[in-house]
Amino acid sequence: MLEVVLSFLILTGAVFTFIGSLGLARLRDFYTRLHGPTKATTLGVGSLLIASALFFGTRGEGVSLHEVLVTLFLFITAPVSAHLLAKAALHLGLRSLAPVPEEPAVPPDGNPEAHPGHKQH
Amino acid sequence: MMRFLPHPLLTPILAAVWLLLNNSLAPGHILLGLLLGWAIPWFTLRFWPERVRIHRPMKLLRFVAVVLYDIVVANLVVARRILGRPERLRPAFVSVPLSLETDLAISLLANTICLTPGTVSARLAPDRKCLLVHGLHVPDAEALVAGIKARYEAPLKEVFEAC
Repeated sequence: MLEVVLSFLILTGAVFTFIGSLGLARLRDFYTRLHGPTKATTLGVGSLLIASALFFGTRGEGVSLHEVLVTLFLFITAPVSAHLLAKAALHLGLRSLAPVPEEPAVPPDGNPEAHPGHKQH
Repeated sequence: MMRFLPHPLLTPILAAVWLLLNNSLAPGHILLGLLLGWAIPWFTLRFWPERVRIHRPMKLLRFVAVVLYDIVVANLVVARRILGRPERLRPAFVSVPLSLETDLAISLLANTICLTPGTVSARLAPDRKCLLVHGLHVPDAEALVAGIKARYEAPLKEVFEAC
């Protein structure tokens, strides 16, 4: 019974991770491609982690809680990298399917060091 | 108290992370974890100058549950859009006006937006008044903004900036 549940979780994880990566090939501009790996993979990695916790938790060696930490770190880092990629893409002015809004003006305090992305050239 | 423990909340969190890393509840590890939880906030004080206050812990738990549920939904929705016809997607940039003010609340909101249905936060305006969000498929921009404000921003504001 446990093996069925584990296989199901691992297969679900693999399918979602695959779909996330497939998004890189199928979607058509940089910004939409960002969505695939940041979203679909969260659930993919999530089910793999649940499977891992179940497997090691039921082997009689006590509960394994490393997976909780992996989830925590994943949820902290994945959005940050997605945000930075999107920001870098905006700064470079990559081609986009959606109309890109204007770059905001230099902040009124005029301190370029606080906003390295908006230095005047 | 304030000088001795610059971030009272960070200490138990760091200690818990230490215990999870070691997967152990031995007294030695608890002591070491508390020691790290006391020392690390000192070294990161300049990085994190404002004091974090959680006004309504229950509200925060509810928010976390809502976000976890949304993450699962987001995965299914994005997976279906990827497998569907990409030509039909209508990506758009949407500007979300912010009413949050503290750094922590704004970064939590940006992170949440990145984790949930088909949206990635792309740029915070230098004056912190609005957040630019890229949506994978946005048929109705106003509904998206209203949804983000009601579902994520309002609880964050209550938890971290109770008025």
